[in-house]
Parts: sequence; C-alpha cells; structure tokens
Amino acid sequence: MIRPVILWTDALVFLLTLVVIGFILYARSKPHIATPWQRVFAGRIAAASAVVLLAFVLTGLLDSLHFRLPLEGNGNHGEVHYAVEVLSALDVLVEPLRTRVEKTYSAPFATHLYARETVELEDGSQARLYPPLKYGGAHLAASGLPRSTDILQRSLRALAEAVLAAAVALWLLAVLLGRRSGQGARAMAGLILSGRTGLPWRTILATLTVLLACIFLAVNLAGVYHVLGTDKVGQDVLYQTLKSVRTGLLIGTLTTLVMLPFAIFMGIVAGYARGWIDDVVQYIYTTLNSIPHVLLIAAAILMLQVYIANHPELFETTVERADIRLLFLCIILGITSWTGLCRLLRGESLKLREAEYIQAAAAFGVSHGRIITRHILPNVMHIVLITVVLDFSGLVLAEAVLSYVGVGVDSTTNSWGNMINSARLEMAREPVVWWSLLSAFLFMFTLVLAANLFSDAVRDAFDPRTRER
Amino acid sequence: MFAYIVRRVIYAIPILVGINVLTFYLFFVVNSPDDMARMHLGMKHVTGEAIQKWKASHGYDKPLLLNREADGTGQLTDTIFFEKSVRLFAFDFGYSDDGRDISYDISQRMLPSLAIAIPALLLGLLVNITFALMMAFFRGTYIDTSGVILCVVLMSVSGMFYIIGGQFLLAKVFRLMPISGFAGGIDALKFIVLPVIIGVVSGIGSGARWYRTFFLEEAGKDYIRTARAKGLSEMLVLFRHILRNALIPIVTGVVVILPLLFMGSLLTESFFAIPGLGSYTIDAINNQDFAIVRVMVFLGSVLYIIGLILVDITYTIVDPRVRLT
Repeated sequence: MIRPVILWTDALVFLLTLVVIGFILYARSKPHIATPWQRVFAGRIAAASAVVLLAFVLTGLLDSLHFRLPLEGNGNHGEVHYAVEVLSALDVLVEPLRTRVEKTYSAPFATHLYARETVELEDGSQARLYPPLKYGGAHLAASGLPRSTDILQRSLRALAEAVLAAAVALWLLAVLLGRRSGQGARAMAGLILSGRTGLPWRTILATLTVLLACIFLAVNLAGVYHVLGTDKVGQDVLYQTLKSVRTGLLIGTLTTLVMLPFAIFMGIVAGYARGWIDDVVQYIYTTLNSIPHVLLIAAAILMLQVYIANHPELFETTVERADIRLLFLCIILGITSWTGLCRLLRGESLKLREAEYIQAAAAFGVSHGRIITRHILPNVMHIVLITVVLDFSGLVLAEAVLSYVGVGVDSTTNSWGNMINSARLEMAREPVVWWSLLSAFLFMFTLVLAANLFSDAVRDAFDPRTRER
Repeated sequence: MFAYIVRRVIYAIPILVGINVLTFYLFFVVNSPDDMARMHLGMKHVTGEAIQKWKASHGYDKPLLLNREADGTGQLTDTIFFEKSVRLFAFDFGYSDDGRDISYDISQRMLPSLAIAIPALLLGLLVNITFALMMAFFRGTYIDTSGVILCVVLMSVSGMFYIIGGQFLLAKVFRLMPISGFAGGIDALKFIVLPVIIGVVSGIGSGARWYRTFFLEEAGKDYIRTARAKGLSEMLVLFRHILRNALIPIVTGVVVILPLLFMGSLLTESFFAIPGLGSYTIDAINNQDFAIVRVMVFLGSVLYIIGLILVDITYTIVDPRVRLT
C-alpha cells in the first residue's frame, strides 16, 4: 500500500479548489454573478487563455497528490517502511521522464552527450569522443532509422492522434450542446465550426487542439528522446519544467489566499468604523508598505533559514522542509501584498457606508456585523476579484526574481526561478547550454501571458468604470 | 506649505519606529543572536566560547531591551535594541558583520547605482510616453490594438529573461559592449549602455500600457471635446491638452520612486556586476550579513517616505488646484 502524504501546501491547494468549485456551483444560480462571468468567457482571447490556464492548473493539481511508496523487502513484524522520496501523481504519469537520467548535459533530441569524454575503445586505445546517451535515441540502433526520419514519423503520428482527439472532442461537445438546445449533433457541430455559438466554442476547441498536439508530441517523443534536453546532473528538463508548474501556481494563488482574509477584514472595518480603528489600520499598512518588499521578504526568509537550520528535527523529509519554506514564502509575500487591496477596500467602504441603502439598513436597526457581511462585502467583491486576478501573474514573475536573489523557494524545489538561476552560468559555457533557459521561458511566458490576458478580460467585465465606456 | 511638510515629517517618525521594531523583532527575537552566531560559524561543532566570542566582537552580547547590570540611562542604552536599532535614526549605521563601515560602503556605492538608474528612468519615460501617445493617437485602430497586445506580451516576459537575453545577444553574440563590470570616470559609459537599454526595454510593456490609460482617460473628458469643437487639429489637442494634463499622474508616479533610485536595482546590478547598492544588498543577503540587511531596510523605508512627501509637494506644483494645509 502507498502512504499518502499531505503537505501543508497540498491541503491549502485542495481547500482552494473546493472553494472555487463551491463558488461556481453557487454562482450558477445567481444571475447577477453569472452574467459578468459569461461576458468574460464570451471573449475569444479570454476563452482561449482560460483553456491554457486550466491545463496548467490540472498539471499543478496532479502534482499536488503526494504519496510515499513502500520499500520492498522489509517488515519482519509485518510493519511496512516507506521510501523517503515523496512522489506525486504527476511523477507516476511521467515516470519515464523522471527515471531516465543521463550523465550530464545533453541538447534537445540529442543522441550523444554534450561534452567529450575520454573513452576506452575495444582495441584498448583511448579516444576523446561524444559518448552516446543511455536513453535519448537509444532505440535508433535497433530500428536503423536515421534520427530525423524517426522524429518526423513520430511527430506526424502525434499530430494525427491530436487531430483525431480534437475531432472526438468536437463530436462530444456537439452532442452535449445539441441535447441542451434540442438540436441534432450534426447541426450543432456546424454551428460550432462556423463560430455561431454563445460561448466561443470554436476558439476553445482550436486552443484545445494546439494543447493536445503539444501533449501528443510529448507523449510520442519524450518517451525516447529528451525533448528539452537534460541538465547538469542529467535530469530531463521537460520533467523539471512540468514540476515547476506547481510551484509557480502555488505562489500565485496561495499568496492571495493567505492575504485575502486580512485585507478584506481590515480594509472594510477601517472604512466602515473610521476613527481610531481606521488610524491603526492605516498605520499598519503604511508601515509595511514603506519597507522595500524584497528586503522584507529577504529578512523574513533569512530568519526562517536560521530557524530551519537550528531545528532539523521538525521535518521528516527534505520535501517537507522545502514545503514549509514554500508556504512561508507565500505567507510573507501575502503580508507584503495585502496593503494595496486593503487600501482600495478601505476607500470603497468609506464611500459605501454613506450610501442610502446602508443608511436605510442602519435606520432599521440592522447590526454592524450584518451590514458589513450582507451589504458592504458583496458590493466590494468585484474589487477583490479584480485584484486577485491581476496579482497572479506578477506573483509568478516575482518567484523567479526571489529565487535568483536567494530568498525564493528551497533550492531542492523545482521552480522556474531556480532553473533560470542555474541557466545563468550555463549561458556562459562554451558551447552554450540554452535549453534550460528556453524551456523555463516557454512555460513561464505561456502561463503569465494567459493569466495577463484572462485578467484583463475579468477586469473589463467586472469593473463598473470600464463597462460604462 | 512649510507647516505641512513639518507635520508630514513628524508623522513619519511613528512609521519608522514601527519599521525598526519590526526588523528588531525579526532579527533578534524570532532568532536569538546565538542562532545567528551558530549560522555564521558553521552549524556543527561550535563551542560555547566561539559563540560568545563572535557575539562580543559584533556587539550582540548585550541584553535585548533592558540592561539590568548597567546604571542610569545605561540601562536603556547599553542594549542591542539601542545599539543596533535606535542608532539608525541618527543614520549611524555601524559595522557590517564582517567588520566593514556600512556608511562608507554606502557612500561609495551610491554613484554607480545612480549612473544606471537615472539614465534608465529618463530614457524609459521618453520611450514609454512616446509609445503611449502613439497608441492614444491611433486609438481604436489596428495600430492601437496591436500596440496593446505587444505591451501585454512584453509584460509577460520575466525581467530576468530580458537581462540574460540582452547580455547574450548584444554582448556575447554581437560583441557590441562588455557583458558586465564597471569602471570609474568616462570609461563607465560603455558599461552603462547595456543595463540602461535592457532596463528601458523591460519597462516598456507595463509602462506604456499604464500611460495609455492616462491618455485615454484624459481624451474622454469634456474639455477635449470642446477643444476639438473649436477646430483644433488632433495633433494640437494631443500635445497641448491631453499630454500636458496626463503628465500630472505620470510625474507624480515618477517622483515617488525618485529617492528609491539610490537603492539601485537588485537584478540589474547583480547581473551586470555593478558595484552599486543593489548588488550590495544582494551580496549581504547571500552572505547572510544581517547588519547590512537591517540598514538597507531602514534606508529603503526612509527613502520611500521621502518619496511620498515629495509627491504631495509635486502635486501642488503641477496642479495649482491642490492646496496643502
């Protein structure tokens, strides 16, 4: 039996997932919440970015299901010992990527190592040559095909599979939508393909097809090649990048989750109560805001390092230690980033408390707590939502910078920041090792771009000021 | 006006006290000086004597808040809190953990930081305003839309890619300038060019898009319609009315970061090996030199507060309707 491991961040991730699912179910029955969301997804760009974001989120969620495998050949009293290594569902899914480790750097699709080595030949003489990879392209010897033909064949098959899968998706969608609107699947498919549907299904399907093509290409090629090369210790770079997705997403979302209660509570109470409470809250956020954020984060993380170094007994595995550091980074990022939202909320509730319906509620003797939760909170939620969505991409980018400065995630955690950090030295090598940087760039750029485009659509749909224009 | 500034400066005191207490708490209470000593001397096999010696040589061997053994005011002043935190108010920064005079280091490293930061800021402003004006002039057309999309794409690239990519392309492949380093005097010029270019390029995305919203907001106002109705050409409207009025938020946004330019940019300076305050901070973080980090936190906060006061003063200058009382 495997033993599930629930890390702190895992628990929070699943809590967040539940909250989001609950919100979706709740919003479905409330037209005033559902309408702006429909407006968001009606935009083609937003719908396409939502699909991309969803793919990232699924990867991150799969990577959050952690467990430890039992060790074989032990248990003299029936007890089972577990491996120290903590794996995730994603690790199992991409097993070949994780286990096929080469000796050192190798370029994408390479069949030989990046550096020359002295090898003893069969006749006893020594030669400096590029040793062949243990796994990358090892199947070529058996089939006798040249590498380019093999890659081409596999890519074509992958594309064909992707198109087939996309066609199946289209058919399923047409049947589903057709059943809801009482039309035949064939007619519905025609409507989807000509782009005459309420939600831009055609764009969604197109994005899905591109994603599927990438996935099938990876499935067909990554099994026998290192599609994005290998790093210094011979680990597949594609695997590292995939594992980094979770870190990036966590920083972007958990930070928000941590800071939201603070910011909402303090902001609304300050604006609603005014007087000395307002002064205190303002003092707190001005003080926190005055400290340069990187320095505050650095100070806090340095202190955490000292703490962890002095208390090694608290953490069972290295993964747990790295996890605590990740969580703490989210918390400290949250502490530095709640001030902006708090200020916005304070201003908005200062304005709202003078509104007539609030005055009326107060005149009817509704309690302060009830006024805040029933009347003020729902009316500032759009600000909260916009801030949360807009902050996400900035936080993902911040992670890379912090890791570079040395106060980011633990060096054992896979993250784009750590990849870029090591790429800095690799770029100075001769010949240049560019693939780590490129893959970190590709994944990070895709995520941040999708998040930026999506957040713009959310802001346009929810901000009353842009709606009037 | 003068009374206002005096009052703002007085308001700043409790904030600085708060920052000091916070950093003091982080550095000395969450972890005792013993922990820091152990960290610096290596984790294992550290004798108690070695720890005591390290603490004594760095002035960490005193009580935290109250020294019961001293007499008179010494009870309060002969403590870590007074020595390490209160002294900062007099800009007495003391010595770093490896024994260097922090004030001297800061004064030496300020100029290289400014040599990068000021040209990057000015050039960035020029480029961003030009780009944003162009988008505002062609608003609603394909030029505007593609400009905005370009901005979003540029924004989505991490600053580190700009630096690494720029260094690789311009310095390594085309060999136009040195990859990194710094020199005094006129030689500094060739080292400054690349960081400035990269600083400007990496700021275009967010900057131009942000300024565009200012321009569009101004363009939607009534007096602009009046100006057009008078028959003014679109160019004249753009430069004489929209640009001048939109400059108010732009200028105030710049003024608030002016003092912080002293601190330099962490990323740029460390990538280009520029001996400024940004790389000073990064080195301190990497060497776990708590004394320097503490000083930089304090200095950064002071500069930020100065920036806020400057913004208020700027408002009265650029917008005569605003009066400070």
